[in-house]
Amino acid sequence: MAADWKGAIDCDVHPHVPSIDALKAHMNDYWRETVEVRGITAFESVAYPPNAPITLRPDWRGDKTAGRQRADTDAGRAAAALMDRHGFAHSILNCLYAVQLIRDENMAAAFCRAVNDWMRVEWLDRDPRYRASIVLPLQNPELAVEEIERCATDQRFVQVLALAMGEVPLGKSQFWPVWKAAEKHGLAIGIHAGSSYHHATTGSGWPSYYLEDYAAQSLAFHTQLGSFIAEGVFVKFPKLKLVLIESGVTWIAPYLWRLSKFWRGVRLEVPWIDRSPVEFVRDHVRLTIQPFDAPASGETVGRLMDQLQSDEMLLFASDFPHWQFDNDDMLPVGIDASLRKKILIDNPLATYSRLGGSHAA
Amino acid sequence: MPLDDPMAPKITTENGKASAAPNRLAVIDGDIHPAVRSMADLKPYLSKRWWDHYETYGMRRKHGSANGEPYPKSAPLACRRDAWPEEGGRPGSSLRLMQEQHLDAYGIEAGILGPLGNTGQGEMNLELSAAMCSATNDWQRDTFTRPEKRLKGGLVVPYEDGVAAAKEIERCGADTNFGQVFLLTRSAEPLGNRRYWPIYEAAERYSLPIGFHVFGTSGHPVSGAGWPSYYIEEGAGHSTSCQTVVTSLVIEGVFERFPKLKVVMIEGGFAWAPALAFRLDKVFERMRSEVPHLKRRPSEYIRDHVYFTTQPMEEPDDRRHVLDVMNWIGWDKLLFASDYPHWDFDDPFRAFPAGVTTEQHRRICAENGKSVFRLN
Repeated sequence: MAADWKGAIDCDVHPHVPSIDALKAHMNDYWRETVEVRGITAFESVAYPPNAPITLRPDWRGDKTAGRQRADTDAGRAAAALMDRHGFAHSILNCLYAVQLIRDENMAAAFCRAVNDWMRVEWLDRDPRYRASIVLPLQNPELAVEEIERCATDQRFVQVLALAMGEVPLGKSQFWPVWKAAEKHGLAIGIHAGSSYHHATTGSGWPSYYLEDYAAQSLAFHTQLGSFIAEGVFVKFPKLKLVLIESGVTWIAPYLWRLSKFWRGVRLEVPWIDRSPVEFVRDHVRLTIQPFDAPASGETVGRLMDQLQSDEMLLFASDFPHWQFDNDDMLPVGIDASLRKKILIDNPLATYSRLGGSHAA
Repeated sequence: MPLDDPMAPKITTENGKASAAPNRLAVIDGDIHPAVRSMADLKPYLSKRWWDHYETYGMRRKHGSANGEPYPKSAPLACRRDAWPEEGGRPGSSLRLMQEQHLDAYGIEAGILGPLGNTGQGEMNLELSAAMCSATNDWQRDTFTRPEKRLKGGLVVPYEDGVAAAKEIERCGADTNFGQVFLLTRSAEPLGNRRYWPIYEAAERYSLPIGFHVFGTSGHPVSGAGWPSYYIEEGAGHSTSCQTVVTSLVIEGVFERFPKLKVVMIEGGFAWAPALAFRLDKVFERMRSEVPHLKRRPSEYIRDHVYFTTQPMEEPDDRRHVLDVMNWIGWDKLLFASDYPHWDFDDPFRAFPAGVTTEQHRRICAENGKSVFRLN
């Protein structure tokens, strides 16, 4: 029997900006001229080298001889790949155009505006099932707040987006005006794998291989989670939801055991943290399910799921077009029907308050 | 815990000397920290040139702090309040107190030392680093391992200079006073990189395992996410620096190149290891064309080469979760460690959750250490 995906909410889909021209169309004269005069061709990140296996699943890659275009550069082709075929209710767009690489905060803000407007026109307007995350110029929190205020009137934006590796951990108070704006508008905070590459990707410098760079993404999520908890972001903004996207899943429980033990030992340092980190995570933190780092064993997956001690933390995500699974194996083995429904539908609805309204309508 | 606590280790007194009850477990402790009373303890082991240099310029590591720590700990020197010697000096500097309070009291058969502080490791002046490491090794041997046969030294090396580090292993490697080569996890580059390979080559030759202890001053934040504000983040984050070490050793091919090498991850916990192995296997499956030097899946190298000390033990609400993790890692790869004299000390008889069988407990506390540390 074919698995039923109807009504699922795909919480991680990556639209790909096809060229700088696509963005220029959404820039003012000054920035359009800047792009031309300075010869800016693209901001693309080595976090996903275009030909690396994980970046695009083989059947979603462009293929000139087969006359096939890559599936992630067009709203219709992307919808056909999974959403149409399986009857998803929504797909949430997380654009990874690498605005975070830019050192000039004004240029970063200009590119963020262009990316968000491009998504609005080329994706959201073209298919009512799409929702999107607002790409933020976190190089300057004031500019990030401005971008939230500019986009938030459009209810199809359901989240704000940051990368796992920026300049300083995202729980720090310099970002609180940004999280305050997100909370005010009912936007979740999404942190996606990826880096500004303003620091080395590991605590011991730069690794030799891309494989290590990708593996190290989960380590940055440890830091981000610790930062949100230790700085007291959830105490300050009790309605916030934090979504860790493409972070992997199975690292989180062991890290929380360690963090909670440290908290018991050194909590005099962070007296505003009045309950165990585990409790903050259950109330505020969600993870998308791809990639799920575990062997294909129902028994092992079951034990790992039990470590989470909650059936509300996982959100369905295909991570399209990244090559996380083959065929339609979008969920790890060993998930029962009730948990499956929570992951596919209930948990995303509970996480994205803006989605709930439109879904019910 | 007062020693008259009913759970306390039983101590018998024979000829006025305390010793453990005869039928108790002969514990191997994988992480004991000796300390200098003051830096003057190292003076006899340093040339005038380097002592004068030290006195004039001090130590310079990649954290900018001349004294103390950028992330102050929650206790002075992160030590147990009861571990400060009556005669003065730092916790860990009195062999007498270490014997009385720890080795005798817990029936420690073998204790592996890991010197921290101004040992020269991570010092930016590489020649000073080498001189300090040599001095630390000689001091460690004269002050601890020669007078107390239960202790084995941790051979510190100037690891940012792989060739000089290998030379130090050459100098001391045949000396049975040393039970492991001792490195820190936060290095300038990931520790599997080729610049560190002379260390592994020399260690393998002398049948010394490499102990990777948390801390170190790489100059890089704990992860690519930047510098956190609080010690709780930095401290909990050490498990990520351990993951960086294991990832790098495996993916760069260190275990292919040095197939007899054994490594011990010290004080970073262990519960992260299965999830890391799962992740690396998965990424490897996608991108093995990038790393054709690897002949096996990452989890297989980890299973064969990597040991983990247990302190500080992860403590989930449901103890079955940590038992699962211990099963996945393998009961032959876990090693008890106390972290004496630090504040987050683990007791070999109570740190482990109910559900660890007597046999498993025996292997972790008394058996596994024999197959990795050089104890004879």
